[in-house]
Amino acid sequence: MTVVVAFIVATLYGVGMYMILQRSLIRIVLGLSLLSHGANLLLLLSGGRAGVAAFIGRFTGNETVVDPIPQAFVLTAIVISFAMTAFCAALAYRSWRLTGDDDVLPDEEDHRLAEAVMEKGSPR
Amino acid sequence: MNGLLIFPVVAPLVAAALSTIFHNSRITQRVLSIITVCGSLAVAILLLLKVNADGPQVTDLGGWPVPVGIALVADLFSTLMLVISLITVLAVLVFSYGSKANDDLWQFHPAFLVLTAGVSLSFLTGDLFNLFVAFEVTLVASYVLLTLGSKASQIRNGVTYVIINMVASVFFLTAIAFVYAATGTVNFADLSEKIALLPDAMSIALALCFLVVFGTKAAMFPVFSWLPDSYPVVRAPIVAVFAGLLTKVGVYSLIRVETVVFAGNGIGTVILILAGLTMVIGVLGAIAQNDIKRILSFHIVSQIGYMMLGLGLFTVGGIAAAIMFMIHQIPVKTSLFLVGGMVEESAGTTALDRIGGLRRKLPFAALLFGLAAASIAGLPPFSGFIGKLSIVEAGFASHEYLIIAVSLFVSVLTLFSMAKIWNGTFWGPTETANEGDSLVLTGHKTMVSATTFLVLITLAVAVFAGPIYELCEKAATDLVDPTRYIKAVMGK
Repeated sequence: MTVVVAFIVATLYGVGMYMILQRSLIRIVLGLSLLSHGANLLLLLSGGRAGVAAFIGRFTGNETVVDPIPQAFVLTAIVISFAMTAFCAALAYRSWRLTGDDDVLPDEEDHRLAEAVMEKGSPR
Repeated sequence: MNGLLIFPVVAPLVAAALSTIFHNSRITQRVLSIITVCGSLAVAILLLLKVNADGPQVTDLGGWPVPVGIALVADLFSTLMLVISLITVLAVLVFSYGSKANDDLWQFHPAFLVLTAGVSLSFLTGDLFNLFVAFEVTLVASYVLLTLGSKASQIRNGVTYVIINMVASVFFLTAIAFVYAATGTVNFADLSEKIALLPDAMSIALALCFLVVFGTKAAMFPVFSWLPDSYPVVRAPIVAVFAGLLTKVGVYSLIRVETVVFAGNGIGTVILILAGLTMVIGVLGAIAQNDIKRILSFHIVSQIGYMMLGLGLFTVGGIAAAIMFMIHQIPVKTSLFLVGGMVEESAGTTALDRIGGLRRKLPFAALLFGLAAASIAGLPPFSGFIGKLSIVEAGFASHEYLIIAVSLFVSVLTLFSMAKIWNGTFWGPTETANEGDSLVLTGHKTMVSATTFLVLITLAVAVFAGPIYELCEKAATDLVDPTRYIKAVMGK
């Protein structure tokens, strides 16, 4: 079970990283949410093996009880990543409204420096 | 329960909520912000006095005992940082009242207060996961402030900033998961005892994870390039608070985690090498630039190197020097950006080839810039000299001569690029990008007095360097040997 989850975590990180390296903003936003899903799953995994839910009255004392702290972490992290993804989506939408496409724009200052080097041999 | 510890975190959050409710009245928002920041500052100073007298103060939130619950811990290092940060926040807030690019949007005040709460929480938190939450609170406020107004250039650079920081946050979460899997706790004091029981290879790997995470936040080489890319487009009062505080929160967390939790095992040399590269690359980047805000942004990177140099030595002297340097750096960097903001408002641009001779128009700003620039370049008798002197002394004590030579060389280059800004902006024939426009700035007096206040603070840091350094040394002693910290938190 743990090995399967570990593979899922690895896949989510890999796919998320690949998508962040794309040019299109919406792919980056999707990549970021995949990455944070991966991190949340990893956090859940860090609590150890699965067991009975840690509610008082649910366990008699003989069975394995799951560690509730990573679950609390994951809940917090999910809320945060949800808000961040919403903000990113808004940013991507605004960028699309302003420029007409959802590509990350090139840095004008970099272009300016590159042109200065082409013209004069060195930046001013 | 110790209410003092909660106030600097909760008060700005409550005020941010009220500020949102009263978004139609700019006066109410302004009064609310200033009362909250002044109140937090007063509480921070009280805390500093109390911590200095009685040792670290602890509050278990919600009454849950450590290490299950969340603890807020104030030791000397965190309260020193809290006091100097809130002083800077106060100056920037007052500056924003006079700036015309200030609070024309109602979202400014709530976001600014949330940022203050986030920064306070990152200084006061006693566990790793809460530090993550504090970072996110700070970052989400900074995203809003960065893209406030949503102009095309802000969106473009905002995208870079947001993506880099979100990736760093995911790495932070990953590192927390690794630490929890290895030790079963996230409390600094508890970790400090449990990390020591891990095999060396594992604890070094974990320490390196956090070096990458906090290094990204602090704009350390090689993960600094987001900073000079995104900061120059941010409006003046906001970029000043970013420059002063956000990277320093990263450095604070790095120092806290690498000393208290990991006790500096085996990564000192790595930090020293990265510190040297950060200093050199940052200052060379600054020399190549031709715009006040861009030059200053590269200098943030370069100065981060000095703090990391102090940390990398992992001696009481080195860490005390790093803390001293941070106390000098936060107000100085902010006041330089505030002067940059005044130039931008007066001339309409910060490109050095399009402005000049501003000493006639902004004589007082020129003086303030001169004082802050001399301080950052490390000229005696200013605070930067004292900060750098203590770093050099600590380096000599540890026999790290090469890195000290590098830091002195970088210091000369810093002076060179400060002179470049001075000559390009305030000296030379008068030329303004938009001649005649806004010759008399509406809020000029407010902006000048806020900046003057901050420059006076940096001068005060130089004048009272003796007592402040003693405090830094006490703080560093507690970091290198965290028994007092652990005793206060774990209650044994």
